[in-house]
Amino acid sequence: MSILVNKHTRVVVQGITGKEGSFHATQCKAYGTQVVAGVTPGKAGQEVEGIPVFNTVRDAVKKAQCDTSLIFVPPPFCADAILEAAEAGVKLIICITEGIPVNDMVKVKRALRGKDVRLIGPNCPGVITVDEAKIGIMPGFIHKKGVVGVVSRSGTLTYEAVHQLSTLGLGETTCVGIGGDPVNGTGFVDILALFEKDPETQAIVMIGEIGGDAEEKAAEFIKKNVKKPVVSFIAGITAPPGRRMGHAGAIISGGKGTATEKMKALEAAGVRVCSNPAELGATVKLALGR
Amino acid sequence: MNVHEFQAKQLFGQFGVPVPRGREITSPEAGAAWAAELNTPVFVVKAQIHAGGRGKAGGVKITKDKAAVPGLVKELIGKTLVTHQTGPKGREVRRLLVEEGAAIAKELYVSLLVDRDSGWPVFIASTEGGMEIEIVAANTPEKIIREAIDPAVGFQSYNGRNIAFALGLPAIEPAVVNPFIQMLGNLYRLFMEKNAAMVEINPLVVTSDKKLIALDGKVSFDDNALFRHADVQQMRDLNEEDPLEIEAGENNLNYIKLDGNIGCMVNGAGLAMATMDVIKLAGSEPANFLDVGGGATKETVAAGFRILLKDPNVKGIFINIFGGIVRCERIAHGVIEAAKEVKINVPLVVRLQGTNADEGRKLLAESGLKLEVANDLWEAAQKIVKLTGKAA
Repeated sequence: MSILVNKHTRVVVQGITGKEGSFHATQCKAYGTQVVAGVTPGKAGQEVEGIPVFNTVRDAVKKAQCDTSLIFVPPPFCADAILEAAEAGVKLIICITEGIPVNDMVKVKRALRGKDVRLIGPNCPGVITVDEAKIGIMPGFIHKKGVVGVVSRSGTLTYEAVHQLSTLGLGETTCVGIGGDPVNGTGFVDILALFEKDPETQAIVMIGEIGGDAEEKAAEFIKKNVKKPVVSFIAGITAPPGRRMGHAGAIISGGKGTATEKMKALEAAGVRVCSNPAELGATVKLALGR
Repeated sequence: MNVHEFQAKQLFGQFGVPVPRGREITSPEAGAAWAAELNTPVFVVKAQIHAGGRGKAGGVKITKDKAAVPGLVKELIGKTLVTHQTGPKGREVRRLLVEEGAAIAKELYVSLLVDRDSGWPVFIASTEGGMEIEIVAANTPEKIIREAIDPAVGFQSYNGRNIAFALGLPAIEPAVVNPFIQMLGNLYRLFMEKNAAMVEINPLVVTSDKKLIALDGKVSFDDNALFRHADVQQMRDLNEEDPLEIEAGENNLNYIKLDGNIGCMVNGAGLAMATMDVIKLAGSEPANFLDVGGGATKETVAAGFRILLKDPNVKGIFINIFGGIVRCERIAHGVIEAAKEVKINVPLVVRLQGTNADEGRKLLAESGLKLEVANDLWEAAQKIVKLTGKAA
């Protein structure tokens, strides 16, 4: 078991003939992911590393039976690409693209409401279920099959945590990047709920950062619904207020969204909060009594 | 991206949000000419900097005497204002807004931004205009009105009525209720059409002659949507930005200057923040946030070094790279090449992990460069803090 994706997941890559799209489609396929189709308007009939290219997601779904889309479309056209995937009947959309205008995401999120489709991202590294499917830009080799579920707003900081878990022999089940944008498709709460239900996942690592109140919402949820041990790190305790720290969503505004507030909320919910990210792996080990 | 008050008010004017008659002024002569044209009982001269708290810092002058306007312009231009938002160094005033004063009967507050949780735009309104809204929210949360707007249909009149009645506006001044609702609709249109990140009117004034007017205005824009708005891009004032941050932007680097003395260069925003945090845990303070991005090359590393070393506070540099798609041996080459071009006269600790990390570390160790190589994050942070301690 795992969450969201596995060896049966059939992926279409939107923007597959672009530089990023072709490189990562190839990498995902090499990891063992079933990358069965690509989409670039006007390039149907071409192939990228043996992956057939279609003009529309609708064609890709019809002819290659894909259920998941991985998006590398540039920001100005990305809202359109997400909506196209949703309309074509894909059930899971993983959007890597960074830099989508917030108001575009406002419209996308509203349009997806009530539909039987889940959006992960945008501005995220993607989702990987270890040894089954890598649907994103994370380096596959740092992962090791194991017992920890990872959910994070960040990319390289997630790799840092994964590296520690793998080195300590704990390993991961599924790692989900929910993205660094202020308006995203899926928050911490949904992923925590999935990990809580997943029999293989024994502990959860949650990596948050300054800005918004997603971590506070997660804390409330954990208190009521999560029995498995949760270990957390919140980046940005040294970040000054009013400045956007790289990620569009990482900003302390009006005194809200500080790392300290988030850590307090999580600790009050029984989460083991690490002030030092280098201790994430060791803290999980301790929590699992290993 | 932030803009000046006079620019925000120009936009308000374009979208049918009432503002005082005013003009951007940069010289006493222009001030005199505009004062003559404006011909109003009360003149307001306001310093234009990207920071709040201008009034308390002496950046806003009021006079009834037309002839006094050029003198006030002369006094404010070139003055350095220190407010709670500028930092101790303050900000030099280069431009002013000279506008007509208003006879204030009541001050309100209105703003609009996207609620991150729901993903819907939300109006925030209060009868406590003219105060800092965070303080109102903390002390009297019942005086904060929130109205979410369904982005599928946009602003509707009922949204406006909900806000107006919740504020008790009919009791304050019945004549402004309909103009108020209309103004909210216009504000929403501005927000969506121009891809604003935040629009704020504080105070929104009900005048003694029963009119509504935006006495102050603040607009910030979504950087990711600037490509759609050439007119907004032209409003950018580089004088209001840190020169090193501008240089970083030109090199596609994400840099934010801080006050500590350990410069850091990291790939990825989350890891860059975590690196700053670890420096603090190890007993020092970060000099900056610097994300070199996913595609770090020799050129980006060299540009990063140049920017870090231009900050006189930097007493040591910590490079923290988790190689994923980026291969560590390429970063190592980048550091070696860049170090040849840029003279590095402070201690340097390089931590490489991930793809080809061993190879990268070996290259650095054999390069003959004066630097320390580290495997893990905590070890590296302790090393650089120890080294800069000695250097200081």
